[in-house]
Amino acid sequence: MSRRGLLENKLMEMQRRGEKALIPYICGGDPGLEETVRLVPALALAGADVVEIGIPFSDPVADGPVIQKAAARALAAGATTAKILGAVTEIRRHTDVPIVLMSYYNPIYSFGVEKFAEAAVDAGVDGVIVPDIPLEESGPLRQAAAASGLAVVPLVAPNSGPERLAAITAAGSGFIYCVSVKGVTGVRQEIDTDITKFISCVRSHTKLPLAVGFGISGPEQAAQMAGYCDAVVVGSALVEIISGKGKSPDLIPAVARRVREIKQALNGLGGFANAAI
Amino acid sequence: MFGLECAVYMGEEDIRRQALNVFRMKLLGARVVPVTTGSRTLKDAMNEALRDWVASVDHTYYLVGSVAGPHPYPMMVRDFQQIIGRETRRQILAQAGRLPDHVVACVGGGSNSMGIFYPFLGDAEVNLVGVEAGGHGVDTEQHAATMTKGRPGVLHGSMSYLLQDGDGQILPVHSISAGLDYPGVGPEHSYLKDSGRVQYHAVTDQEALDAFQVLCRTEGILPALESSHALAYVIKTAPGLNREKIIVVSLSGRGDKDVRTVAAELGVTL
Repeated sequence: MSRRGLLENKLMEMQRRGEKALIPYICGGDPGLEETVRLVPALALAGADVVEIGIPFSDPVADGPVIQKAAARALAAGATTAKILGAVTEIRRHTDVPIVLMSYYNPIYSFGVEKFAEAAVDAGVDGVIVPDIPLEESGPLRQAAAASGLAVVPLVAPNSGPERLAAITAAGSGFIYCVSVKGVTGVRQEIDTDITKFISCVRSHTKLPLAVGFGISGPEQAAQMAGYCDAVVVGSALVEIISGKGKSPDLIPAVARRVREIKQALNGLGGFANAAI
Repeated sequence: MFGLECAVYMGEEDIRRQALNVFRMKLLGARVVPVTTGSRTLKDAMNEALRDWVASVDHTYYLVGSVAGPHPYPMMVRDFQQIIGRETRRQILAQAGRLPDHVVACVGGGSNSMGIFYPFLGDAEVNLVGVEAGGHGVDTEQHAATMTKGRPGVLHGSMSYLLQDGDGQILPVHSISAGLDYPGVGPEHSYLKDSGRVQYHAVTDQEALDAFQVLCRTEGILPALESSHALAYVIKTAPGLNREKIIVVSLSGRGDKDVRTVAAELGVTL
């Protein structure tokens, strides 16, 4: 069954209902592929509306130390692009949650761009985020993705000017990933970007759902950010939990607990106090 | 000198190997930031500098000492470095009355070689040769011979030949010289390889080390280990050429910084 458009439709539908989507990020294959297969359905049950899975890369220039280490762990444990696509196939037996893959361009280029788009869709992937491909070089990826029915989620940053925003958002599909800060991924105490201004500027260029990510650590910050956009991405804060738990039996409950807390904050059901389950 | 703060990202391994250069940079007022990720060499320093820059872009100028990285940096560095080739061209015309038959330079990221080659690209009679780091041998896993053993890929914002595994993960590389220890190469070099305008060859650590000593003894010049790769190629190939041929070799750096490495390789305690 084709999943074409499912990701975008789900987020649009949530937008219409005034619900905020939560997009947790995990690094595929960290601590092992088996855990990735078990984590994704658990995250969906805990309230994830979309799950972002990173394909580990040896040189993750857009990532801070937490995700760099996760990628190194995943590679050391034997994760490859093909194995992560295999994990998604397995995940699809357990959950229907939309999945976007985050990959640097070289693993995709090495796999073969068209072959990757086809294999990703066959596995049940809904979209792809490629942080190191500029718009001007993204033609082959976007064409292959469009042919296969894979969304290409573009990133925009606070320093993307109006013309650039117009061009990037026009070429995007699925949703727009708004990078909340200038810098790399990683938990931050404060996000000092003028988010209202940034998001309203992006909004003026596109009707696609807007997700904010980079630096969002917990329920309060997520709820605060969600006030401006349609979805929040939480990555390093979860990856840090994964790093701490490793392969212990508590891994999946601990990550799910955090996702549930954040989702409840987004639902406006109360923050910290009554979210603990 | 202008009251500007300067941070230099350098792999921890290279800080050790290039201790003299690091001390010089500090004397000049730079803050040298050790990079402890990955292989702790040039590639990882570039990752870290780019990570800094995406956060500090409002008030910081990024620059790189190679023809690698995202556009327009390879082009800018080439344009600046081509002073080497322009002066070479003028000097050889003044001294020999004609263009050289061969121009030989070492290639890591490829800035000195791009600089010396560029003004000769239109002179079809001038053979241009880039010499890569063959490390312990290009058939081992310990080398940095990107052109000889790599395949196209994308790293640091440009597409070029890369040493990578079957999944597109960048491979650890090795060279006795810190400046050639890079798994990629400037994208324009990849173009020059594919177009056939420049030939690329690799020489080993040992050959470079031998050439280093030969130049010390014959000319009293201490060449950088990087440049010693170009010399090694010339020492290997020149005996097969007619005596009338003119070879220009780019001595891109001084070897003072490499004395410790060379001493260690030769089993000498300083």
